[in-house]
Amino acid sequence: MSPRTIRTLLGLAAPALALVAAFLITSAVLVIAGDPAGEVWGTILSTPKPRNLANIINNATVLYLSGVAVAIGFRMNLFNIGVDGQYRIAAFAAAVVAGEGWLPGPLNIVLAIVAAMLVGAFWAGIAGVLKATRGVSEVISTIMLNFISTGIVAYFLRQVAVREPGSNTLATKQIPEGSRIPGFSIAEGAGTEVYGFVFLAALVGFVYWFVLNRTRFGFSLRATGGSPAAAEASGIKVTRMTVIAMLLGGAVAGLVGLPILLGDAYSYGSTFQSGLGFAGIAIALLGRNHPFGIALGALLFAFLEEQSNPLQILVGVSPDIVAITQGVIVLTVVISYEVVRRYGTTLEQRRVAAAIKAPPPGAVAGNGADR
Amino acid sequence: MSATRTAPAKHTRVGNRYPRWTLWLLVPALVVLLLSALELVTGADDLVSAGTARATLIATVPIMLAALGGLWSERAGIVNIGLEGMMILGTYGAGFFGFHYGAWAGVAGAIFMGALGGLIHAIATVTFGVDHIISGVAINIIALGVVQYLSALTFSGLPGGGQTQSPTLPDVQSISIGPVDDLLAGIAGEEIFFVSQTAAILRAFVNNLSLLVLLALLLVIATYVILWRTSFGLRLRSVGENPSAAESLGVAVLRYKFVAVLVSGGLAGLAGGFLAMVASSNYRDGQTGGRGYIGLAAMIFGNWRPGGVVAGSGLFGYTETLGLRQGGSSVHALLLAVGVLAVAFAVVRLRRGDLRTAVVTLLGGAVFVLIYLSIESVPGDFTRMTPYVITLLVLALASQRLRMPAADGQRYRKGSAG
Repeated sequence: MSPRTIRTLLGLAAPALALVAAFLITSAVLVIAGDPAGEVWGTILSTPKPRNLANIINNATVLYLSGVAVAIGFRMNLFNIGVDGQYRIAAFAAAVVAGEGWLPGPLNIVLAIVAAMLVGAFWAGIAGVLKATRGVSEVISTIMLNFISTGIVAYFLRQVAVREPGSNTLATKQIPEGSRIPGFSIAEGAGTEVYGFVFLAALVGFVYWFVLNRTRFGFSLRATGGSPAAAEASGIKVTRMTVIAMLLGGAVAGLVGLPILLGDAYSYGSTFQSGLGFAGIAIALLGRNHPFGIALGALLFAFLEEQSNPLQILVGVSPDIVAITQGVIVLTVVISYEVVRRYGTTLEQRRVAAAIKAPPPGAVAGNGADR
Repeated sequence: MSATRTAPAKHTRVGNRYPRWTLWLLVPALVVLLLSALELVTGADDLVSAGTARATLIATVPIMLAALGGLWSERAGIVNIGLEGMMILGTYGAGFFGFHYGAWAGVAGAIFMGALGGLIHAIATVTFGVDHIISGVAINIIALGVVQYLSALTFSGLPGGGQTQSPTLPDVQSISIGPVDDLLAGIAGEEIFFVSQTAAILRAFVNNLSLLVLLALLLVIATYVILWRTSFGLRLRSVGENPSAAESLGVAVLRYKFVAVLVSGGLAGLAGGFLAMVASSNYRDGQTGGRGYIGLAAMIFGNWRPGGVVAGSGLFGYTETLGLRQGGSSVHALLLAVGVLAVAFAVVRLRRGDLRTAVVTLLGGAVFVLIYLSIESVPGDFTRMTPYVITLLVLALASQRLRMPAADGQRYRKGSAG
């Protein structure tokens, strides 16, 4: 086989290995706990009905945006753990702005999207500025900002909320009918429509790919991630790139809550879905920060979540079992990439060793296994 | 090693005149003095009461144990953001083993479950060289899933238990020294400036003190002694500073890292166990509330040293407590303190000729004082954010003086010494 084929095969081997390992570990947990592993997998791996399929796509859309938001930071070795806080505060701001309905129809949607991106970028930007000017670890500052955003949103929600008659949840004003993003049906009688926002999410993915791989700015960003010292030496201002990367990640994070807001909930209430930012971290890792990989990861996570919903009723097993699967996948993916990479290096070394005539003993091994 | 050269440099000014340990008396005394003065100026009356001191102690210990866990692994060069997950495992361990086999079995179970989390982290980061933060994030996800799954499986149907909580757990013993407590209560009632407040705080240590609190304090001392006063500790820290050099001197780098991460997990697990058994009376879903992350922040704030860990977690524990008790007036008073301290800091920077920082800090301080003057009391949603805002402020001011272990977060393959 040519080295190129081997490399492709190895690239595919890693995710496959990870999925198998996650499958085995989850099964082991089920067996040890005395739950019926066969029935659990039978339920999860059954073909989704159209309604479930729509739910999966919807969930994946949201998770995809979250994954991209995290991935932007990752490409520069920035760990933006604060996507969770960024999207909640941004979705809240967008809900308030759109709920007021200052602009007519679709213009109002644009205004809401812009508001969400600005607020998300601002919130992430705090961490970026602290990192660039004061050297505060973005891991810690974004976690703190998550907690702070929870308090801020709770406070302002109380100030602006309107109470729905007969309901206990606080929520912002409903977004006017004309300013909602319509969904579309994927099959007759599916019951649930797919968010129209899915196209915008795809566009975000494309822009992400294009900017990173086809522009000078993207190159600078990746270079900074690869080696800040080398980037600085070649004239890239690393601190500026840090702030910009955080701002961009925050802007995308601002979009995370919008498919739900504009396509389903139409207002931001105290029960608005949280925790999407943390899922985004796992998905960005799973997808290796590649726009296509992130999409696959998002679909996989959404699939597992949707398919595990009926577990409690059908099999009597807590659906939380898939959280174990999800976490294990993240871990096994990175481990299997490492294992496969080490194996690939060994293969390469053997090939090189064989290619060199009468290699002196130890010449290859002495080179250090892999650097 | 550079750690021993740079770290004491800051202390020489104090260290030459007084022995180091006097700091442990001086700093708390100064803090109490400041807070007493603050009570006097603002009229807030819950800043240094016996109740606040007790609640602070309970709030501080889990954060301190988690931070101590972070200290062990990061000193060996492994970043442990999975502390949160290991704490979560600990809360369940305390719930399960505590209910079935008694209080101390619960403590052991919490440590055991946390160490299991540590084991996963160690295998991933040390054996397979996975990025430390990735592994930590994965562990947090797995731990949450495992615990929710297991609690639904094992606590459903038990008396007082359910899908998301365990039955009431047996208590770990507490100790009281009655006569001393009475004496202190008398002094605290006298309303003598500073003296009464000190007595009120000391009461927390002699009245109904949980043995787990005592154990936690002993663990801090043990950590200091082991990591800074034994050859084992020196080797462990050398692994976090310069693994290649350590290996070339015959230190089994990977084994030290492994041990450090296991201990780290055990400590985080104990922190979770404390939450379930002392800070509350049973295991509950979501009990950790991000304290693992706070512990990590406390450790960074504490400059990767045990004394700093105590100070950092104390700050969090205290501000968290203030926010939950009479938060409106207490946090309001704190605004003034932050404002004044910021102004003082600005003056110091100005005298060192750092005009830009001075102006920024001065403006920030002025904003705090203005807020203090313009409102009567801080709304509840904001008082609960106090620990997080303080963290950001402190890190923004102090980050550049912090120094983490040189090889922290880097992967190391055996034989890299060449």
